[in-house]
Amino acid sequence: MRSIVKLATPFAAAALLLTACGGTTGGSTDAESSAGGASGCPEGASIGFFGALTGPNSNLGNNIQNGVKLAVDQHNAKPDACQVTVTPYDSQGLPDQASGLGTQAVRDTKVLGIVGPAFSGESKVADPLFAEAGLVGITPSATNPALAENGWKTFFRVLGNDASQGPAAASYITTTLQAKKVYVIDDASEYGKGLADIVRSDLGAAKVGDDTVQTGQTDFSAVVAGIRASGADAVFYGGYYSEAGLLLKQMRDAGVTTTFVTDDGAKDEGLVTAAGAANAEGTIITCPCLPPDKAGGSFVADYTAAYGTAPGTYSAEGFDAASILMAGIEAGKTTREDLLAFVKSYDAPGVTKQLKFDEKGEPSDISVWAYKIAGGQIVADQEIKAS
Amino acid sequence: MSLETFIDLTFTGLVVGAIYGLFALGYTLVYGVLRLINFAHSEVFMWGSFAAVWVMMLLGGRTGMGVLPAIGLLLVALVAAMLVSGGVALVVERLAYRRLRAKNAPPLVALISAIGMSFVLSEVMGLRDRIAGWVGLREPLAPYVEKARENVSFVNPLQSVTLFSISGFQVRSTQVIVLVAAIVMMVGLDQFVRRSRLGRGVRAVSQDPEAAALMGVDKNRVIQLTFLLGGLMAGAAAVLYLMHIGVTKFNVGFILGIKAFTAAVLGGIGNIRGALLGGLVLGLAENYGSNIFGSNWKDVVSFLLLVLVLLFRPTGILGESLGKARA
Repeated sequence: MRSIVKLATPFAAAALLLTACGGTTGGSTDAESSAGGASGCPEGASIGFFGALTGPNSNLGNNIQNGVKLAVDQHNAKPDACQVTVTPYDSQGLPDQASGLGTQAVRDTKVLGIVGPAFSGESKVADPLFAEAGLVGITPSATNPALAENGWKTFFRVLGNDASQGPAAASYITTTLQAKKVYVIDDASEYGKGLADIVRSDLGAAKVGDDTVQTGQTDFSAVVAGIRASGADAVFYGGYYSEAGLLLKQMRDAGVTTTFVTDDGAKDEGLVTAAGAANAEGTIITCPCLPPDKAGGSFVADYTAAYGTAPGTYSAEGFDAASILMAGIEAGKTTREDLLAFVKSYDAPGVTKQLKFDEKGEPSDISVWAYKIAGGQIVADQEIKAS
Repeated sequence: MSLETFIDLTFTGLVVGAIYGLFALGYTLVYGVLRLINFAHSEVFMWGSFAAVWVMMLLGGRTGMGVLPAIGLLLVALVAAMLVSGGVALVVERLAYRRLRAKNAPPLVALISAIGMSFVLSEVMGLRDRIAGWVGLREPLAPYVEKARENVSFVNPLQSVTLFSISGFQVRSTQVIVLVAAIVMMVGLDQFVRRSRLGRGVRAVSQDPEAAALMGVDKNRVIQLTFLLGGLMAGAAAVLYLMHIGVTKFNVGFILGIKAFTAAVLGGIGNIRGALLGGLVLGLAENYGSNIFGSNWKDVVSFLLLVLVLLFRPTGILGESLGKARA
């Protein structure tokens, strides 16, 4: 018995510590600022960024946050602007972190709107909280179609969902690549599985095999054996770059030269790092995102000047999402209620597209692009027209 | 399942299984002499993997260099990883075990201190960018410490080529190297423990520590030696893992450590040959299971197998322990 107590004590202590840490932030819950009236600028007004800033898939989150910060900085630099800060909610991309962070964001009344959540899995957890609280959330990257079907009045996204990306990926595989036999793999995530399922149904008889891997898996030899056995001439992977890169490397190491097609969640240099430039060569990536250098206005130049690197995947989408919120705050919509109404009726050009939402919060203007890895770089290949 | 796929699954399963087995030796050896699970062993492996990655970066290894220099670089990386892992294992023994043993603390206390060491070692690696920042070395060491919590890739200078094919399945050079190297290492260790003077000490302490002490065996030296041997093998396993998988990160030891521990228990913990057998069986079971049920069932299959084996053979497949196996 004594030994059991000894074993349990450190764990109990650790658990207490963890809960204590979780409770300390986001404590200020004075409801005064929301009653400030339409024209007032509430002290300490802020917008949240919700996404992975650390963890295995954090590159995308950091790209987005940089875009968001750029939009906010540009807003703050205007004369007499209502000063706004960015509050980061680092979910690490994990759905199980999203509930606590979502509650934190809802409770902090200084937060007027959210850019994010960045991934689909965490969106499914956090968006209902936002909807209940009337806190507007514009996601720059969560593409699971089902997210828009929940009747959340606060859900918006600035890019096409997987219902547009999936068919585009399938059409690219069958028409541009002329593949007859396709092997489809997903990572069982909200996003990866949702997208891969659309590709599966669109491919129909061209799908010769499928598999589901686990996030965090590192050894894919059984998957590679399956691909080899199927004699596939193209592989579609629905998921994020960590696993995609390792799978690709192990395919090539095993001598499988099948063309690898993957999605926007894998559109990151992390894919090339994990797979190795030689192995990644020729890989196709579909994305409902505009090539960063095609973004309008002075976005590319401003971003490069601010961060010293070219914009990454979803930086421009993050900028657009934040710009909508900034436009609202500039127009004096400084309560959650007013800002939500403002976003709903927004219709103006952004750097990626005309920004306007339908009644479900989907963008009315959608384009899907194919990218290719050439010489270790992800370069725009062509726009995939709806067929 | 076609014959080709079966051979494919079997072969690649053996490759991964051999890595598990090599890694599992550290658990099995320490259990053999101390009757304790060294939960910090997963971090011993992780540190070895980083040593290999950094040495390869330092020496400028890249794909497409000649075969002989590539092999030379891999050997240097192997030695570096083994030394670092062996060193970390000795540090674990010194900090987490020695003092507690000297005070005759109950075994569970040592278990907890090993878990603590595991967290410390893992987080030190995961926060290496900040640690380098404190001592003002973040800039000069940037390539080694930046993105501390993300995957770091190992550049394998040896291009993988097809050696020969068995009924359609192409056998690749990397796979053969990993498999052969792992088995050679394990046979070498097994022979060392069986035949050498030091090995006899290890077996003596594992059979009866008091009698061994009376016969003039220095127990502390033997315990150090087992930690060192386990660490060296973990370092070798780390390099083979990197050749096969290609990336590592600060928490890579967690899942792999559980797998290696499973392999050790499966084969019979405390038994060196059991570790190899357990590793190979686990690797095969994962691959067959993944193919039949889908890759997301991989871990389910391996742990189910463990439960089944333990139900019918509580001491593992080969059972018995280090000393008794060949007394």
